[in-house]
Amino acid sequence: MSAPLLAVENIGRRFGGFVALEGVTAAFEPNKVTAIIGPNGAGKSTFFNLLSGVLAPSAGTIRFKQRDITGTPQHRFVHLGIARSYQITNIFPELSVHENVRVAAQAFRTRYDIWRARAAMSELDERADAALAAVGLLGRRTTTAKFLAHGQQRALEIAIALVAAPELLLLDEPTAGMGPEETRDMVALIEKLAADRTILLVEHKMKMILGLSDRILVLHHGRLIADGDPCHIQSDPEVRRVYLGQNDGYA
Amino acid sequence: MTASVHSVAEVMAGPAGRRGWRERLARWRVPLSVLVLCLLPWVLPSQALAVNVLIYGLLAVGYNLLFGYTGMLSFGHAAFFGAGAYATGIGIGQFGLPWFAAIGYGMLAGGALAFVVGLLAIRTRGIYFSMVTLALAQLVYYTALQATSITGGENGLRGFTLARIDLFGWSIDFLDPVKKYYVLMVFAALALWFVSRILNSPFGAVIEAIRENETRARACGYDVERSKVMSFTLSGLVCALAGALFALHLAIVPLDILGIQTSGMIVMMTLLGGAGSFFGPFVGALAFLLMEDVVSLWTPHWQIVVGTVFILFVLFLPKGIWGTLLAWRAGR
Repeated sequence: MSAPLLAVENIGRRFGGFVALEGVTAAFEPNKVTAIIGPNGAGKSTFFNLLSGVLAPSAGTIRFKQRDITGTPQHRFVHLGIARSYQITNIFPELSVHENVRVAAQAFRTRYDIWRARAAMSELDERADAALAAVGLLGRRTTTAKFLAHGQQRALEIAIALVAAPELLLLDEPTAGMGPEETRDMVALIEKLAADRTILLVEHKMKMILGLSDRILVLHHGRLIADGDPCHIQSDPEVRRVYLGQNDGYA
Repeated sequence: MTASVHSVAEVMAGPAGRRGWRERLARWRVPLSVLVLCLLPWVLPSQALAVNVLIYGLLAVGYNLLFGYTGMLSFGHAAFFGAGAYATGIGIGQFGLPWFAAIGYGMLAGGALAFVVGLLAIRTRGIYFSMVTLALAQLVYYTALQATSITGGENGLRGFTLARIDLFGWSIDFLDPVKKYYVLMVFAALALWFVSRILNSPFGAVIEAIRENETRARACGYDVERSKVMSFTLSGLVCALAGALFALHLAIVPLDILGIQTSGMIVMMTLLGGAGSFFGPFVGALAFLLMEDVVSLWTPHWQIVVGTVFILFVLFLPKGIWGTLLAWRAGR
């Protein structure tokens, strides 16, 4: 096993008396797709929020490229090489599609400059357009983001994350609210992106996860109950009992 | 996710015309503003009104940087306007500073106050933010009321009348209203240029991103808190300059300038003209003061009329006068 890109050790998070996540230990190799599944309230979102700095863990450590990044403020994460998308579409609604991605690209060039003209920084336009082209949105670059269709807004969110050239991409339910056709497009996009970066994703659509991921982590009541390749997970009796066995329409 | 069928060059050109005139307007916004300001004393019913439009317009422009562009509704901007005015008056009257140094001193005082208030207030969001700014501004008001020996308390600050001003060998009669207007206008024009540069800068994109979606801006790698404090301070700095000009203009600083009514008026002017647009605040200040001027001729209760107009705007034209015009022009 090559050196892990990301390693979490015994991480947990409490909200007052409620334990959302406890004692999760896992290491993630580069250039693999890992899915995180579990019933509602299993701690998937909390896990993602810890990995992206939205929340600080109340226990344990997070290492990224062997470096301890526990407690790093959230805005530093993309600069480390970790970018994410959100479960509920999270874009800049009144800005154009291009401006949405351009402002994300700008964070890597300048953040507090009040003097120079930003229009002159044409390499930001190029970076933004490259990210838009990667998700197939270049044709909509002048559209105001709020007027995009739902699936396109999700793609835009991924473009915003991609422009950071992240080594680790966290996708929180990338196909939430999507129809079969949009889902198919998104799966194709994720497969394309997986070629040269590490992806962690939270999803509910089992068929999609089984086809897409190299490895699956199963959370239940805030604990990691299974960790392995899709075949292994499918046959794991514990997982079948708590998750796949429930006839909730996903399986 | 439709596959892109447009060439990059074709896409870059964008829908011609519709965006074109807006970009031209944006490029010429500072020269255009200065041109209008130059004409103002000759087209308005009185010189006094023109000076007020100049000063309050600049005040609203400064406020708009925070409210319209960063999306933070402050109810305490009277404090920075007042701090600028008081510090300028104190600088001239008590420290014997030359007038231009006093303007700098006023801006420094207002900017420093804005930095401190901003640092405290940005810990909260939404209505709580507004309330914290209001409370801190009231604190400034009562401090000025109590510190009679420095501020003159309820009587206001007096004793710093400038009869002539000297700069680079020129001596200008500052009691001549037209000459005074143009001297003050030079400072307002510089401030407009400064604000325009901020809006065009990378930081301008950051504050708009924060207005649009704070969570996303943070995830994009921006230190939202630091950017907010910066925006708050820059906004306070411009408002303090408006205060400094106000002090030079009236040669007295009334205590009312720090009051809650002033903060409310700043918000009203900005909303009336159109928050988040470059010309909006000036249009709002002009509309507000013109209404006051005209309506107070036939009733002392002019606030009832202005207040009603304001409510109607908030309900039916939330983009304000200028914002509505822009939207209407873009929609045709």
